[in-house]
Amino acid sequence: MKFSESWLREWVSPNIDTAELVAQLTMAGLEVDAVDAVAPVFDGVVIGEISAVAPHPNADKLRVCQVIGAAGETVQVVCGAPNARQGLKVPFATVGATLPGDMRIRKAKLRDVESFGMLCGQDEIGLGGDGSGLWELPSDASTGADLRDYLSLNDQLIEVDLTPNRGDCLSIRGLAREVGVLNTVAVTGPSLDPVSATVDDHLPVVLDAPAACPHYAGRVIRDVNLAAPSPLWLQEKLRRSGIRSIDPVVDVTNYVMLELGQPMHAFDLATLDGGIRVRMAEQGESLELLDGSKATLNEDTLVIADHQKPLAIAGIMGGKLSAVTADTRDIFLESAYFDPLAIAGRPRNYGLHTDSSHRFERGVDWQLQSLAIERATALLLDIVGGQAGPVTVAESAAHLPRSAEVRLTRRKLQQQLSLSLDAGLVSGMLQRLGLEILAEDEDGWRCRVPSWRFDIAIEVDLIEEVARIYGYNRLPTATISASLPIEVCRETRTGLSLLRQQLVARGYREAITYCFVDPDVQKLLLPEIEGVALANPIASDMSVMRATLWSGLLPAIRRNLNRQQSRVRIFESGLSFMPEEGGVKQEPMIAGAVTGTRLPERWSNPRDLVDFFDIKSDVEALLKQNHVFDQYHFVPAAHPALHPGQCAAIERNGKPVGYIGLLHPRVQKLLDISQPVYVFELALGAVVEGELPAFRGVSRFPEVRRDLAVIVDRDLSASTLCETIREAAGHYLVDLKIFDVYQGKGVEINRKSIAVGLTFRESSRTLTEEEITAAVDRVVSTIKEQHSASLRG
Amino acid sequence: METLELLAREAQQAIEQAQDLAALDQVRVEYLGKRGRLTDMLKGLGKLSAEERPAAGAKINEVKEQLQSQINRCRDDLENADLEARLASEALDVTLPGRGEDSGGLHLITHTMERIESFFSRVGYSVEEGPEIEDDYHNFEALNIPSHHPARAMHDTFYVTENTVLRTHTSPVQIRTMKTQEPPIRIICPGRVYRCDSDLTHTPMFHQVEGLVVDRDVSMADLRGTIDQFLKAFFEADLPVRFRPSYFPFTEPSAEVDIQCTNCRGAGCRICKNTGWLEVMGCGMVHPNVFGHCGIDAEKYSGFAFGMGVERLAMLRYGVNDLRLFFDNEIQFLKQF
Repeated sequence: MKFSESWLREWVSPNIDTAELVAQLTMAGLEVDAVDAVAPVFDGVVIGEISAVAPHPNADKLRVCQVIGAAGETVQVVCGAPNARQGLKVPFATVGATLPGDMRIRKAKLRDVESFGMLCGQDEIGLGGDGSGLWELPSDASTGADLRDYLSLNDQLIEVDLTPNRGDCLSIRGLAREVGVLNTVAVTGPSLDPVSATVDDHLPVVLDAPAACPHYAGRVIRDVNLAAPSPLWLQEKLRRSGIRSIDPVVDVTNYVMLELGQPMHAFDLATLDGGIRVRMAEQGESLELLDGSKATLNEDTLVIADHQKPLAIAGIMGGKLSAVTADTRDIFLESAYFDPLAIAGRPRNYGLHTDSSHRFERGVDWQLQSLAIERATALLLDIVGGQAGPVTVAESAAHLPRSAEVRLTRRKLQQQLSLSLDAGLVSGMLQRLGLEILAEDEDGWRCRVPSWRFDIAIEVDLIEEVARIYGYNRLPTATISASLPIEVCRETRTGLSLLRQQLVARGYREAITYCFVDPDVQKLLLPEIEGVALANPIASDMSVMRATLWSGLLPAIRRNLNRQQSRVRIFESGLSFMPEEGGVKQEPMIAGAVTGTRLPERWSNPRDLVDFFDIKSDVEALLKQNHVFDQYHFVPAAHPALHPGQCAAIERNGKPVGYIGLLHPRVQKLLDISQPVYVFELALGAVVEGELPAFRGVSRFPEVRRDLAVIVDRDLSASTLCETIREAAGHYLVDLKIFDVYQGKGVEINRKSIAVGLTFRESSRTLTEEEITAAVDRVVSTIKEQHSASLRG
Repeated sequence: METLELLAREAQQAIEQAQDLAALDQVRVEYLGKRGRLTDMLKGLGKLSAEERPAAGAKINEVKEQLQSQINRCRDDLENADLEARLASEALDVTLPGRGEDSGGLHLITHTMERIESFFSRVGYSVEEGPEIEDDYHNFEALNIPSHHPARAMHDTFYVTENTVLRTHTSPVQIRTMKTQEPPIRIICPGRVYRCDSDLTHTPMFHQVEGLVVDRDVSMADLRGTIDQFLKAFFEADLPVRFRPSYFPFTEPSAEVDIQCTNCRGAGCRICKNTGWLEVMGCGMVHPNVFGHCGIDAEKYSGFAFGMGVERLAMLRYGVNDLRLFFDNEIQFLKQF
């Protein structure tokens, strides 16, 4: 809501300056968004009257005017505006004046003719206009008067950003009421006397949907003259509230809306057939609206109709057919109350948002309609003349809102605010807010809520009002105190924070990517999955929810590679969204992506590129945090996004919990990523749940190591070989390391050499040479038998 | 005995002239070795008379000890010199950077959230999380935002289906907690939230930390104290904090919280739009209707809730000047924190 300070001060004028007023509004919950001067800085501009116009001797487009300006003195001014004519009153910047943009007016010679000042268009003094010529001021403007005074330009535009509960402040009246309460000063509006009817004409009004529209006031006004423009004061008030002047009828309805808060509508009486019916729309009914668009109406929409056709979407926008035009002779004025619930949401459904719908959605004072129609009638008769008929009121009392009665107890007030307020102070605040105090006793107050407050229904609403008027920042503050029981915190659950720290220590940077991703990217990674789509995405490349964190990480890798970062190590944790029977599985994941060299480029670091086993060791570091590392297995697997020969499913006790591998070169190319990327992703749940580490004793006896180099088939997996070795070696084996893997010269094709180190130890004694030899022999014979392994000579 | 003196002088000179340990050892062997010249002299004592022998022996031994200690000193010196030389040759340019991996870093948002969590968990709040695709009930209805409520327009909501949305705030976690836990409740709910809005100052996904306290006799004074203390702790400064009446359907009374502009210290600047204040949080006393939805007796209990935008706080704390940097994930940005 935008308004001019001077208009507000016509209603209520506390003895505070603009800055204080603005601060006061903001601190009362009516947040002031902007304060702007009504007019830019200029001075020396008076109302000039053109007393004579003569052609310029040396220029076709210029004319030489005689202008009566300050102190009745007539001076010569050369002017190029096409509308300069004798008798016209215009803004006149006299010699010495300063116009916006610090433009000084000096005596000048234009094509050899002297000019003492400048006649101005509306735009030249920064007050809008279309730059089409001189600003034609009313003929009754007093010549020589200062323009700033004449137009009350020493005024501020104040814009308040109202919260949706404060529809009552969408008018000067409402704002004035608020300012009155805050300053304990009286609020006086203009006198609003009823206008008596001078003709009998009226239209019957039928309320077919009384729950949605329980009160409708209408009035016929005959013989209006729409040729006259709205008076300047009216145009200015509208302009200062951000509303363009259209014609006197529309201007008056807008004015009343701004002044009192009642949106109104005027119909061309000649287009109405039979009478007014306020009814729900028929499904599919169509209506051409004032803005020229065609609406196809839904049956949840309230319309104003006559006996033949819909005329307007109630409270939202009028129809084109019944609109007042320059040719209109007779009008029908509407001032109605629509239930907020009957309006709410509909404007958006039709892609509309109007000053009227904005107010009706939030609630318009349901006792305001007659007052508003009288106010509008009086203004109209003043401006466009005509004969008013009687006000027709259709009302369904049963459907009118009820004035809520709300109780405020001192106990609750004191408890919520930690403050004991003087009862008289509270009563005064309530009354000035318009609440009627029905009863007051030691326990508290019983109040009736005024018809303009739709946001007061229960006790805490009143507590907020009291706190707000008292001032939030004057209320006490306290440090909260509570009992502090020590609670169980499961040690077997590894915190996400610890996992993040592992990756950070390993050179990863955490990324945070959008959860909605490009469906084309995700299709490449998970072609089988139909991702969870948004109904109203913000962009097509942000339209499905990620089913894997890679959908966000890989584009982040690409972005960095494109920004000259050739080594990138990033990870992310967050939910993945997988469609499942009857909904979406939202599972916390942790994922990483790595590309470039194994180590940062540096004088002493090797330049090798990162490979599968680098990232595997990062994943292993994560899996070792919860002390159940032996429950995990890396199993050769296929994944549509990964290289078929460099991909493993990570299983915990046989259940898949994640994947690791090299991004498939084809996918990499399609994603436009310039170098190989290794990725992993783990279900967080499978990594955080673990066990307490179990103590196994510390042996004081020496350990013995034996190394074996065995040659096995190339496709025998290391993990299978190690399992066999472990089983055959028996329980003296405490450690088994693979310390070398070799394929190539000296080893048959299709075979490979694996060198293992076996460490033996017993906790209660020193093992004998025979025992160790026996264990190693068992190992050798078992792997020979099971894996046709041979010892490397 | 002139021969002894002569020999001693000769030996002393030889020791002095020894350039390295090998030469020194040679001198030692020559004079003090088993067949050394001084040893020979000792052997020659037998030729002297019994009266002369002790005095002559003592003299020779004295010379021998002198020479031996001179050799020892000289050896120490030479060894030291050798060590010095080796050390000098082993000197490194210690200004060269170290070998191996550098550590990475947490995202500034995660860091900020963890920091916020730590303030609250230290005083007995627990951290609760919830789903990001929420149903209408938890995101709106239970929070006293029925459909068609104008407040819904305040939330530019992403819809998944007619009845499910990307949560527009972490408040649904409060609902889920209140439905399953008995008061007293003290929780904070950090997480990602979504609004269908994207421009210079809005990203369609951002992070919130919300807090909720429900207990007997919780008052606005407690709320004000909590927020005030938190903000002063977060910014590590005695910042002026003010509360402005506002409106949220799920709290009553409701307030916006402003801090004095961290950039201009309240003098007015571009960042605070010349108001001297920056809006950083929303808060209020839990609305009785919300308690009603969660089965908490509003007569018995009261509570407060607050919510803050993590990006906003991080930008103010660290001076980040463009919201979108948080989600561009460029190393150049990430590595600054």
